[in-house]
Amino acid sequence: MTKARRRGTHKPRIAPYAFLAPAIVLFTLLVLVPIGYAAYLSLRKVKVSGLGLGRNARTEIFAGLENYREALTDGDLWSGALRVLGYGLVLIPTMLGLALLFALLLDHPKTRMRRFTRISIFLPYAVPAVIASLLWGFLYLPAVSPLNRILAELGLPEPNVLDTGSVFYAVANIGLWGGVGFNMVVLFTALRAIPPELYEQARIDGCSEWQIATRIKIPLLFPALIMTTVFTMIATLQVFSEPVTLRPLSNSISSSWTPLMKVYQDAFARNDIYSAAATSVVIAFLTLVLSFGFLRLVAARAFAQERS
Amino acid sequence: MTTTRKHSRGSWAVTVPLVLGALYCLLPVAWVLVAASKSGSTLFTSFTFAPGDALADNVAELSAYRDGLYWRWMANTALYAGGGALLSALLSGMAGYALAKYRFAGRAVIFNVLLGGVLVPAVVLAIPQYLLLSKVGLTDTYWSVLLPSIVSPYGIYLSRIYAAAAVPDEVVEAARTDGAGEFRTFRSVAMPMMVPGLITVFLFQFVAIWNNFLLPFIMLADDGRFPMTVGLYTLLNQGATAPALYSLVITGSLLSIVPLVALFLSLQRYWRIDLLSGSVKS
Repeated sequence: MTKARRRGTHKPRIAPYAFLAPAIVLFTLLVLVPIGYAAYLSLRKVKVSGLGLGRNARTEIFAGLENYREALTDGDLWSGALRVLGYGLVLIPTMLGLALLFALLLDHPKTRMRRFTRISIFLPYAVPAVIASLLWGFLYLPAVSPLNRILAELGLPEPNVLDTGSVFYAVANIGLWGGVGFNMVVLFTALRAIPPELYEQARIDGCSEWQIATRIKIPLLFPALIMTTVFTMIATLQVFSEPVTLRPLSNSISSSWTPLMKVYQDAFARNDIYSAAATSVVIAFLTLVLSFGFLRLVAARAFAQERS
Repeated sequence: MTTTRKHSRGSWAVTVPLVLGALYCLLPVAWVLVAASKSGSTLFTSFTFAPGDALADNVAELSAYRDGLYWRWMANTALYAGGGALLSALLSGMAGYALAKYRFAGRAVIFNVLLGGVLVPAVVLAIPQYLLLSKVGLTDTYWSVLLPSIVSPYGIYLSRIYAAAAVPDEVVEAARTDGAGEFRTFRSVAMPMMVPGLITVFLFQFVAIWNNFLLPFIMLADDGRFPMTVGLYTLLNQGATAPALYSLVITGSLLSIVPLVALFLSLQRYWRIDLLSGSVKS
């Protein structure tokens, strides 16, 4: 709010850069340079001359957009991309819908066991995705699953959730379990920041709790909902740990089940870092296109106060 | 009488869905508590939630596995997460303070570029980071996991919001008028005011590093440097041919979530997630 803070004579010139220097140096070396290097590699390939033997038989040459053409016409990559897109379409609305429902219920004046339920639902955030996949993976095994045990007692057919048809939902369930509580707490915290006087007036005017939720709370939660959607989208498009951890327990997850797994496969199993680089640039580009618009919107709001 | 009954009925309608959600979230945790007490032979034969009596044996066996490799993974994870998050909070705090409290050429550009870093998928970085670090001979070292973990665009974003809200311009100005240098002003005036925000940055980064799988999975080859996530994954992978390892994996999973759950419950008040939406309530 104070505009006349600084008297021209006392203008520190070097200090802000000095404070920023360590972050900028590390960011440059470990984010910007690698991005540039990935972009460079994506335009290169190895040329094998002769029989591919001898010291100079393998040379790196400029490949133009060849790697991109290969990546974009690769069947495995497309089926992986479609799988992840479908995964996101199932997971993101379910996760945010449940998170919103739980946050509104926690904020409801008549709710009981608030502390217990809030901490319990938030707890999975403390469990790494690898460990979560381990726990659920064992629970999915027909020999361990309590559901299969009950169905067997009743003489009903036992499903195997790790089969090709349902493994998709098995992975989505792990993502849901790990993320719903975090998003719930974000939304709940945003709800607590709304001044209660707004509700008092609405109650006096005869609004039900349901009307208060849909007409006051949800519209005011909009910025927080955008933010949680963006972060959930970025995390979802990068799904990797869950299917990789489930692989030893299931035969229905291929080594290129998601685009990220394909990148890993290309780079380290096939030793083709060039096409891996091209594929990762494509993934990055799509992620940026999908999420940058959202985040700009939010950043503009968040720093409106600071501009004074 | 009627009013209390009405009240309790209304409260059940809103409480039941939350309790169901809580039970769903507790289910795998309850299972791992029970399963860690089962011996390898009853793991796949006894009822899912029937406890066994082999917890102590399982822990002893896990500790003995390759001369305590498991505890080494635990110590590594603590080093990566603790050290990485501490350095990250410090760097983010300095950067956030500079961005919030100074007006200088390039400020908007620097901030936007750093913020863009939030959106870069980890994989796009992980592979070129691996190739570049291998050129300077740093892959398969502690640094190969620590250095990338220190960079936190999101931590800088949070620190900037926090510094803008928690450090009044007048206080910074007063310190300058008293003759304090820029660094001293930050160190002894601004930083103490930013501590709650910096703890939040620390916690977010701590959990992010603790949970990370892709980066150490790519960077490390020597299992003596593995963090918990990669260690347990390789153990599970070997279990496909040696099912006796499954008991170790399950007991190891249980022990690995204990420290993080304890950290969560004890530092609950610092989970100021309202910072995410960009508002600061004090």
